[in-house]
Amino acid sequence: MIQLFAFYLFATIVIASAAMVIFARNPVHSVMWLILAFFNAAGLMLLAGAEFIAMLLIIVYVGAVAVLFLFVVMMLDIDFAELRAGFVRYLPLGALVAVILAAELVFALGAWSAGGIDLAARAAPATPDKSNIQQIGELLYTRYIFLFEAAGIVLLVAMIGAIVLTHRTRGGVRPQKIADQVRRRPQDATRLVDPGVGQGMEL
Amino acid sequence: MTEFFQSLGMSYDWAWGVATVCGILLIALPLMLAVAMIIYADRKIWAAMALRRGPNVVGPFGLLQSFADGLKVFLQETIIPSGANRGLFLIAPIITFTVALMAWAVIPFNSGAVLADINVGLLYILAISSLGVYGVILSGWSSNSKYPFFSALRASAQMISYEVSIGFILIGVVLFADSFNMNEIVKAQQGHGLGFVNAFGFNLLLFPLAVMFLISSLAETARAPFDLTEAESELVAGYQTEYSSMSFALFWLGEYANVLLMCTLNAVLFWGGWLPPVDWAPLYAVPGIIWLFAKILFFFFVFSWVKATVPRYRYDQLMRLGWKVFLPISLIWVFLISGYLMLTRYS
Repeated sequence: MIQLFAFYLFATIVIASAAMVIFARNPVHSVMWLILAFFNAAGLMLLAGAEFIAMLLIIVYVGAVAVLFLFVVMMLDIDFAELRAGFVRYLPLGALVAVILAAELVFALGAWSAGGIDLAARAAPATPDKSNIQQIGELLYTRYIFLFEAAGIVLLVAMIGAIVLTHRTRGGVRPQKIADQVRRRPQDATRLVDPGVGQGMEL
Repeated sequence: MTEFFQSLGMSYDWAWGVATVCGILLIALPLMLAVAMIIYADRKIWAAMALRRGPNVVGPFGLLQSFADGLKVFLQETIIPSGANRGLFLIAPIITFTVALMAWAVIPFNSGAVLADINVGLLYILAISSLGVYGVILSGWSSNSKYPFFSALRASAQMISYEVSIGFILIGVVLFADSFNMNEIVKAQQGHGLGFVNAFGFNLLLFPLAVMFLISSLAETARAPFDLTEAESELVAGYQTEYSSMSFALFWLGEYANVLLMCTLNAVLFWGGWLPPVDWAPLYAVPGIIWLFAKILFFFFVFSWVKATVPRYRYDQLMRLGWKVFLPISLIWVFLISGYLMLTRYS
């Protein structure tokens, strides 16, 4: 009873907020609706018994990805009239994409109910006594270890690529060198002299 | 608690519902009281370190100062700047406050005394603390004002940076405890350090993590020396500049509830939580909640102590500490700890 209620609550909010992402005029509001959608999707994951995925969804998407979206969107200088002007021009393209997506969904549903290639039976550690995290870990670090490591390497390459692309060395700046500062001793910077009268001293 | 309500003749669903609501109230109401008292304690500690008296007028020893402040704030007018984005401007403090309360659901106060005993407890805390940034970033943006916006950008960059290293630090703890469940993590610490100390912090491998976690938790809650988000000499009052009345008070309460949460996490993850400090039978006669409170208060004292004595970091120093010091060290530590455990526990 309560599961059913929770499911319909989460599902309704996901769909409604996903629609609001598109309909909201203000892009910052769009991102906020997106976050609400993520959040409720995590709720649906919880109902499906995938609490690890649910938490990761919130940590990764809400905690990191959406913050970056928000950053970018907040920095943009957006002309709302111009945004709306493009709507009619891009409508056919958008409709095409929507039709393709819908067709694919129908196909996928048909293929799944026809029971073609049995993807679900390939690797399912049906050990309900173990927690989510252990089950995923066992699969990821044994059966899919090479795929997992390959994914890691791809991400590493992407990260290094992003750093190389954006990194620039600017001349004329004097960055703080913490090690030098820590290593510095009083005798490096000061000296005690006792000049004679009338002799002066070299600075 | 569910059994108790069931014994009163309720069906399971109702008993569970009532028990959960009672549990939430049992945590949230004392927490609000604790926040009020902790603000007083904070001010008294700074005052003592600055050789001042601190609040000493309202009530005996000034104990009621926070309540007087709260009443004053409550009676003020809520001012919404005309250029502000009204909805988000009002939602932002509510998000901060709610998020600060939500994380307490998985904190174990005693053996089994936890509102939601879920097996992804630690991940839940990470997830909730990553939500905290929205209150700040939204308040800064929706205020439609220069300084709050700068502060919001600073705050979000800071919180994201330190969350990364906090995540790696927590992995070390999880590896040793072999569980994400907060209660299991506490239980794993029994007699862990040197064979008789109930703390992960006394493990030589985990002690550096404990220190890094303490510093990261200062940064995560934007406390001094990392309080660049409210650096009054540059940013007026940071993202709270345009707020008044209750919306300001919500920020205030949320901030201190977060500080308390971080103190609790320090106590629970590294220093034994509700276990007594030493694994010695007579000490278990004292209720676990008292040990936990003692540890929380100790860490809160450390937080205030740091605030009263350490000068504020510059922004580039803050980022350097997060990305160039904590992140590599915690990453290496994950390798070290997993290697050590592979050798000793799993070989």
